[in-house]
Amino acid sequence: MGKNLVGNHIRKLRFNHDEMTQQQLADKVGVTRQTIVALEKGNYSPSLELAFRIARAFNLPLEEVFFYGDLKND
Amino acid sequence: MTYQEKKSIVSIISSIVIFISYCLFMYPRYPGVDAESSEVFHYWGSFVLFLTLFSIIAHIIISIIFNIVFRMTTKEKEPGFADELDKLIDLKANRISFFVFIIGFVFAMGSLVFYQPSHVMFIILIASGFISDVTGSVTKLYHYRRGV
Repeated sequence: MGKNLVGNHIRKLRFNHDEMTQQQLADKVGVTRQTIVALEKGNYSPSLELAFRIARAFNLPLEEVFFYGDLKND
Repeated sequence: MTYQEKKSIVSIISSIVIFISYCLFMYPRYPGVDAESSEVFHYWGSFVLFLTLFSIIAHIIISIIFNIVFRMTTKEKEPGFADELDKLIDLKANRISFFVFIIGFVFAMGSLVFYQPSHVMFIILIASGFISDVTGSVTKLYHYRRGV
């Protein structure tokens, strides 16, 4: 299974937000830790709704958390 | 390795162990009479019915034991709900599992078309049920490890 074209800066953003753990972010956006792991690894493209919830958790617009294309992930 | 990956591996192993142990238990009970007698059909009917019941009960017990062992060894609580990734992987696993079973079903019916004895049809049907179950678990493991 190839890497998804939708990348993200979740790992970096978690680090910049008081070293938020994967579990804390998962609880905040209502998914399991496994899903955050998959997102950070680039193994899963989230639904639009989840993408917005993650962006809101970091108080950032969507395009500052997610990007489309072969931009290098964190 | 995450909870879901471990759970998929446990599911694969338990499915194989349950199926093999049940077959070993039922094999000596095959009635040694005419292959088309009602006793033989009774045997196959009870084989499928009790395999389903036995499999469900064994899976529930194994799942409870697995959760207890997981909590004790990792000091983590297992996820209490299925999120969008879990649902998507479940859907993909079910689709492949269903597809495998349908292939088996077609082969089972094909065996009747080619005048094979009825036990061949039942064996193909039961085997395809088992293979589809294992394929579903393998698909889940694959997607949890490699992504969707």
